[in-house]
Amino acid sequence: MNNKKFYGLTALFNTPNEIIKAAKKLSSEGYTKFDVHTPYPLHGMDDAMRLKPSKLGYITLFFGLSGAALALLFMYWTMSIDYPMVIGGKPFFALPAFIPIAFEVTVLLATLSTVIGMLTFFFNFPNNNHPLIGTDYLRSVSVDKFGIAIESDDEKFNNTAVRAMFGSLGAVKVEEIYYPDTETFPLFQKKFIFLLLTFAVITSGTTYFVLNKLMFMQPFSWMMLQDKLIPQEKSEFFADGFGMRVPVEGTIARGHKPYEFKGEVNPSSFLINPIVPSKESMMLGKKKFLTFCSPCHGNFADGDSRLRGQFPNPPTLHTKRVRDMVDGQIFHIITNGQNIMASYASQTSVEERWAIVNYVRALERAKNATQSDLDEIKKESAANGK
Amino acid sequence: MASKVLEYQKKSLPQSMNKLGWILLVVGAIAGAAAFYLDTTRALYNYLIVYMFIMSIAVGSLFLIALEYVAGADWSVPLRRLVEFFAALIPVMFILVIPLLLNIHTLFHWSHAEAVSTDAILQGKSAYLNSTFFIIRVFGILIVWTLFYLLFTRNSMKQDITKDQKLTKHNILFSAIFIPVFAITITISSIDWMMSLEPHWFSTIFGVYYFSGTFLAALAALTLAVIFLNEKGVFGKLLIPDHLYSLGALQFVFINFWGYIAFSQYLLIWYADLPEETVWFLHRWEGGWVIVSILLIFVHFVVPYAVLLSQPAKMDPKRLKFASIWILFAHLLDLYWLIMPNMSSGKEGSVPFGWIELVFPVALVGLIIVVFTMRAKNKNIIPIGDPKIERGLDFHL
Ligand code: HEC
Repeated sequence: MNNKKFYGLTALFNTPNEIIKAAKKLSSEGYTKFDVHTPYPLHGMDDAMRLKPSKLGYITLFFGLSGAALALLFMYWTMSIDYPMVIGGKPFFALPAFIPIAFEVTVLLATLSTVIGMLTFFFNFPNNNHPLIGTDYLRSVSVDKFGIAIESDDEKFNNTAVRAMFGSLGAVKVEEIYYPDTETFPLFQKKFIFLLLTFAVITSGTTYFVLNKLMFMQPFSWMMLQDKLIPQEKSEFFADGFGMRVPVEGTIARGHKPYEFKGEVNPSSFLINPIVPSKESMMLGKKKFLTFCSPCHGNFADGDSRLRGQFPNPPTLHTKRVRDMVDGQIFHIITNGQNIMASYASQTSVEERWAIVNYVRALERAKNATQSDLDEIKKESAANGK
Repeated sequence: MASKVLEYQKKSLPQSMNKLGWILLVVGAIAGAAAFYLDTTRALYNYLIVYMFIMSIAVGSLFLIALEYVAGADWSVPLRRLVEFFAALIPVMFILVIPLLLNIHTLFHWSHAEAVSTDAILQGKSAYLNSTFFIIRVFGILIVWTLFYLLFTRNSMKQDITKDQKLTKHNILFSAIFIPVFAITITISSIDWMMSLEPHWFSTIFGVYYFSGTFLAALAALTLAVIFLNEKGVFGKLLIPDHLYSLGALQFVFINFWGYIAFSQYLLIWYADLPEETVWFLHRWEGGWVIVSILLIFVHFVVPYAVLLSQPAKMDPKRLKFASIWILFAHLLDLYWLIMPNMSSGKEGSVPFGWIELVFPVALVGLIIVVFTMRAKNKNIIPIGDPKIERGLDFHL
């Protein structure tokens, strides 16, 4: 007569004591797949049903810890590795400043994972078709009755035995529950989608209003009305009307040593080369020479410019004139420029400039090698077994 | 259901407790006196730590009583009597404070007129930080606390006999008055006794910081007493794990609160990086103090947090007992960290630790036990006349 799938039996009781007794009886008889529904929480029900502590806490713990770890890793990567920025003179990995964010992300992931974990693992999301939904049974237990429901999947389940037991416990109504053949409450029904959309519109609308409108109204805007300097705007505070101040005269940048002979065409003396050539400084010099000098003076300083025709032909650096220059003079030319050759002081640091000088010296020596140089090389090669 | 209060039988506390208390107190006090004789300054700073610890337990307990009344809590009603016994330390503080007041010049730099006369900052603060006003504040505050202590406990004790519900109403009113008074007095006390040890330094969150430790210490002392007396059968079968769970949960909350406040204080000072503020942390970061500072984070936050995190831990008497003793120790360490660097800090300043640092806490534990047992003598261990006692005993989560 009935081809619907059988879910189980429900029973209604009148008092909390009866339902606790019933739950105790069921759990002691060895039933496991049963649940109790009451209009309000009852003390001692967990014990009566022999419920084990929920495992949900482990999900919370795991995601909470991942939240802390991920947030810290992310900030470490962005702030200390990928795009290090000095903020308030603090170290790149400024742990105290990261802790509030790590804490927030911990809480966020812990709560979200708890809710989502509860929905998926315990409520079988997105299933919204518990056979009890919409029954008279569920309606009475949310008003004044205390109900118990046993699933037919329970190993010990036997329709007549369970009915008898309910009867002996004093149940006022016993009912059979079947699975509905069609989804009575599909999750994605029009009403529900509409509700979600409404919520989305309300939340984003409120957020937009608060952040873009409300914050700019009195009195919330008071924070913006303070006396302060606004970049690129006229300032009332200083007599000259400028907000940005010129540094005190004689101020120099950190680590910067002003060049003594700046702007002099024929300086009275030159600096002494402070760098002892090493492999690293030679490699640095080569790199910088190829970048900044080679377009005009050629890869080997032969004057074979790659810009031929577009720029007055730059000279080779292997002339006697250049070879006779002291290191400091080449340094001076790079720093100050010479005639139509511009200064390279802003592109290269002092250290790099000296490295270029040393490299130019090496090129010069290579192009103009003497017999003694060759002898020396031969000796060295023999010593190295080549 | 049968009344649970009728099950209650008055039992005296174990005799050994009183004895142990006296032994600890006498031994500690004699050794402490010797310490005063040998190294007055160091002994004095240790004494101040102990005094602040007693203040924590005593006034923290008074606050717990008030909190229960204003919050209308049920679960803590059976435990309130123990809190009242702890609060009995308040009148004792009148005697305990005397050695400190006699040595005001050893402790407080601002109490020296010649130091103030050459120091613009101290001059600016001298309207508040001067010996006369200091002593007035100390006694004024002690009197206020004693007054509330007497009001609360008188009514509570009277209720055991008269069962008059009006007394609860009176106590609720007193509690509502006491809580703001408490907030002000505990802030003033922490500023006076601890912050002013370094009179140039200031932190607006300092009072709250001390309060968080105070509350935690009073709670841990209560938990320890509850578990210990329950083991000795003083409560009979009246208490259930749910009572312990509430204590454990509250401890857990306030461990977080302490961490939150301690970190807030550090973060703001670290971020602004103003010399007049950072100096205080610098004193606790140089020399051996860096070890104490880092240790404090673990002892006061990380370890108790981990111990109390899981739900069963908050119900298990053994673990809760461990956590309570641990927290009491952590509070002592916290006070040591707050006070001691003022005696010896800097790159050369060693971290003073020797027998003097050990004997004072011994006397402290002894004193607390002695006052507790003397006060508890012949008293009901639960407030049997309280209108909410039945609900408190029948408390389920
Ligand atoms: C834009 C092309 C250009 C670049 C790039 C350039 N130079 Fe020059 N350089 C010249 C020209 C043109 C002269 C001749 C200037 C003059 O008329 O005195 C010159 C002159 C010189 C001289 C002096 C030669 C002499 O006989 O007086 C030296 C040394 C020199 N350059 C070194 C360098 C070094 C080192 C670099 C790399 C940092 C460099 N130059 C980059 C165009 C360039």
